Order: sequence, then C-alpha cells, then structure tokens
Amino acid sequence: MSLALEVRDLNKFFGGLHATRNVSMAVPKGELHAVIGPNGAGKTTLISQLFGELRPNSGQVLVDGRDVTHRPVHERAGLGMARSFQITTLVRDLSVGENVILALLARRGHAGRFWRRVDRNAELQDAAGLALARIGMDPSHLPRRVSDLSHGEQRLLELAIALVGEPSLILLDEPMAGLGSEESRAMTRLLAQLKGKTTVLLVEHDMEAVFELADRLTVLVRGEVVAVGTPDQIRNDERVREAYLGEDA
Amino acid sequence: MPNTIPARARPAMLTSRAVQARAADRDLVAAFVLLALLAATPLVLSAFGQEFWTDVVLRAMILAIAAASLNFLIGLGGLVSLGHAAFLGIGGYATGILADFDIDNGFIQLAAVLGASALFALVTGMVALRTKGVHFIMITLAFAQMVYFTMIGLRQFGGDDGLTINYTSMFGGFDLGRKDTLYYVVLAVLAVVMLGYARLRKSDFGLLLKAAKGNERRVSAVGFDPYRYRLAAYVVAGMTCALAGFLDANFTSFVTPGSMSWITSAELIFIVIVGGVATICGPIVGALVFLLIEEIMGGVTVYWHFWFGLFLIAIVLFARNGLVGLLTGGRR
Repeated sequence: MSLALEVRDLNKFFGGLHATRNVSMAVPKGELHAVIGPNGAGKTTLISQLFGELRPNSGQVLVDGRDVTHRPVHERAGLGMARSFQITTLVRDLSVGENVILALLARRGHAGRFWRRVDRNAELQDAAGLALARIGMDPSHLPRRVSDLSHGEQRLLELAIALVGEPSLILLDEPMAGLGSEESRAMTRLLAQLKGKTTVLLVEHDMEAVFELADRLTVLVRGEVVAVGTPDQIRNDERVREAYLGEDA
Repeated sequence: MPNTIPARARPAMLTSRAVQARAADRDLVAAFVLLALLAATPLVLSAFGQEFWTDVVLRAMILAIAAASLNFLIGLGGLVSLGHAAFLGIGGYATGILADFDIDNGFIQLAAVLGASALFALVTGMVALRTKGVHFIMITLAFAQMVYFTMIGLRQFGGDDGLTINYTSMFGGFDLGRKDTLYYVVLAVLAVVMLGYARLRKSDFGLLLKAAKGNERRVSAVGFDPYRYRLAAYVVAGMTCALAGFLDANFTSFVTPGSMSWITSAELIFIVIVGGVATICGPIVGALVFLLIEEIMGGVTVYWHFWFGLFLIAIVLFARNGLVGLLTGGRR
C-alpha cells in the first residue's frame, strides 16, 4: 500500500528542549490517523514540521513518496497538503467569502489579475457557496465578516478552507478545541465523511471523537512515539495508560 | 447535512459590513466629484485672476499621485515605507539628467523614469520585503538615504543645490512643460491612479495583499507566497511614484536631493494618514489640505509645521480613517 505521509527520524530542538525525538510515522493513503498525547507532547510542533512552518533539525518528511523536508509552506500546499490551526487562523477583517475565495484562487494557481473584480465573479462566488455547503454552512454567510462569526463557525470555516483545494493530505490541529458538545458532534460527523476520501492526520484532545474516528493512532509523549496501533490496541496498551490516559482520564 | 450553525444575531452583523460597503461607494462617488471639480478649477481660478492657486492645486495633484502610490502599499499591503520619496527623486533625476545631456524626448525620458524606478524597487524590495514592521521601515529609509546622499555627492548634477532642467519633455510636437496642458495631463494621470486603485483593491491581486496584511500564515497555508505579490505591489507603487517625480520635474523645471529626503517620505505618510488610509480620495484630499495649510499658515507664521503637527494629532485621535473617513462615515 502506498503511503500518503512518511516521517523518518524527525528531530527538533528548541534550545535545550528536545521537542521532537526520532519520530517516524507511516500513514497509508485514505487513513484517518490520529496523534494523541498529553499537553506539551509536541503534537503541534510535529504538525508544523510536516507542513513546513518549522524546519526540523534532522530527519525527513515524505508526501506521496516525495521528499518535501526543505519545501516552503506554500509549495507544500500546492502539492496537495492542507492544514487547520489549533488557534483559528483566518483573515479576520475580510468576509467569509473572501477567505474562501483566497483558497479557491490558490487552487487556480495565481492571484495575478489586477483588473477583474473578485466580488462580481459569479463563478468564484458560486464555488465559495459550495465550499460552505460542504461543511453544512448556508451560503448566506458569505458576506459576513469573519470577526463577526462565532468561535464554532470559525472552526468550521477553517475546515471548509482546508477542503477547498481537494487536498490529498490534510493536517487538522485540534479542530474541536473550544467547541461545545453539540458543535463537537457536528464536527465529528463532518470528519467521518472525509474518511476514505482523503488522508487525514488528526491531532485532538477529545478522546471520544478520536477513538470513534481514527483508523490508527500514534501516541506521543515528550516528543517521542510511545505507541502506534488501532484504537483497541491503544486502549489496552499498558505504556499508554501509564503515560497518558492514566493522568488525563 | 443539517445546518449546524445557528444564525445568531446575523442581521446586526450584516449591517456592520453594509456600512463599510456604503462608505466605499461614497468614496468612489466622491472621487468622481473631486476629479470633476479639479477639471473646472483652472477655469474658475483664472476667471478670478488667481493663477497662483492653480499652481498650488497642480502641485497638490502631483503630490497626490505620489501619496496614492504609497497609500496602495500601506492601505492594501500594510507596508509602511519611510523611503518612498526616493522614487520621486529617481523620477525627477532620470528626467533632469537626460535633459542635461540634451535628451528632451519624452518617450525616452519616460522609459528611463519607469525603468530606473522599477529596477530600484525590485532590488531594494527583494531585501526590504524579507523584513517586517519596524525593520521594513528602517530598511526602506536606509535605501532612500543612500540615493539621497549619492545625489548630494554628484556635483556634476548639481549636488546639494539641485539640478535645473533646461528642457521640458517633448512628446513629438507636444511640450509637457506647458502649464495649461500640464495641468490636465497631471489630472488625467491622477484620475487613472485613483480609479485604478478603486478597481485593484477589488481584484484578486488586491484581495491577496489585504489577506497577507491581515494574516500571512493563512495566505501561505492555502498555497500562496505573499512575498512575490508584495514585491509586485512594491514595484508598481515605485513606478507610479516615479511618474509623479517625472511630472514634477516638468512642472518645476528643477529637481533637488531634498525631494527624496526622509522628510519628504514622512510628508507622504502624513498626507496618506490625514486623507485616510486605504481610501480612493484620501491622497488628493490629504495633499490639498497639506499644501493649503503650508500656503496659508506659512504666510502667517514660519512655525506652520507646529500647527500641521497639531492637526495631524487631532486627525489620528478623532478621525482614525482620516478626513475621507469622516466624510463617508466608514471604518477600517
């Protein structure tokens, strides 16, 4: 089976802190792979290295068998990677539609048209409406300013934008952070629909959601992989219970 | 799939957006009104024998073209350059130096003005745009001061005293230096710059610049390299400002290193802020107010800069979107 993502011996130091320790992972195409671990385990640091926002001190990141370790973020996005952020990362003073259209333009490959008006482009507006519909948001939200959206709506919008480019590998950094229980369940349903269509790397603290969604899990403790396996295997792993579930649950 | 998001307080939210849209529309309407008024100005003023004020308005329009190019950088890109006047000087000196070698062909001069400014913008932008915030301000200032001191040192082109331009630009049989026609050429350029900005800020290029200003990480994450687009904007703005320098050289028949000192750069920022950042009319309104204060207060007291300073403080405190923002009721 071919791998959507392969990580080889990744290491990252912040001064004296060894934030990522010899991390290796192999995620086959179409898998929903969760990364869990206690706070400070280095989950976000890992995602940022996979997406290129942080450079590892050593090791390799391969996407679809291609070495992207030294590629900048925007090139990785062009290769079919997308990510959502733990802390919502949208352009707050632009509208919902403009945020989505930005991603649509990226899929087209350029934003070099000085003259054509984006707001009068029916094709882009329709595509933006469809992107919202995919996450169950009504197209009437398009003209709203992002800063006027609720937290839950912003989390959904991030997911919608990540999906715009039809990514082959999507990195989700705690998509349920700060969501109410009803919103979390809605997000879980949306992520369940992604299963099999695209490869997902999911970092999440909501254990109920993680064990429901994940095909396999990697458990990270202090920057190190302590276990890899199916939800059942992880639930029954002594080391994991000790290191993680024991203290958290 | 169920609509998972309750539409909480949606009407009120839409209104804030609508207010902004209306302000933008008023800004565009105001631009047409202003341009029409400017077109009538020389006729009205000469009927009253006030040709002096026509020259003041002409100067304001040239300054407004330069300020508009900076407004494009600040307003859309969030790029506060403190060295933008360098392009005014490059435009002026490219014209003056060619005239000094008896080349008064306007097409050649214009090509030199645009070519030199594009090259300077490309080279300095490639360095400056790698930095952010205060560092960007300092690097643009440093590049401009380099050009400033270079021109002071070049004695053969007048050095500190400036360079007198003996031949104005000739486009075939058309002499750009003629005052009556120059006014309308400048007005036409200003109109193109103002309406071009109005259009550009709604284009996908404008959207990308605004997004990169608001959240660079988001822009990279969807797959764009903000640097490339900022560099393109920086070159366009530099060339536009150099065009103002070219027009100014034809207006005053004179170019000095002072035109590219950091003080001139700061004045351009004043004009943009007083007029209203990211507005269409801001640069021309700011330039008119700036020159009127200079002319009127300058006649009363040599300390007019003091009063201008107070005025600027009042604008920043009470009208965050400048004079145009006050008139259109918009918010940033």
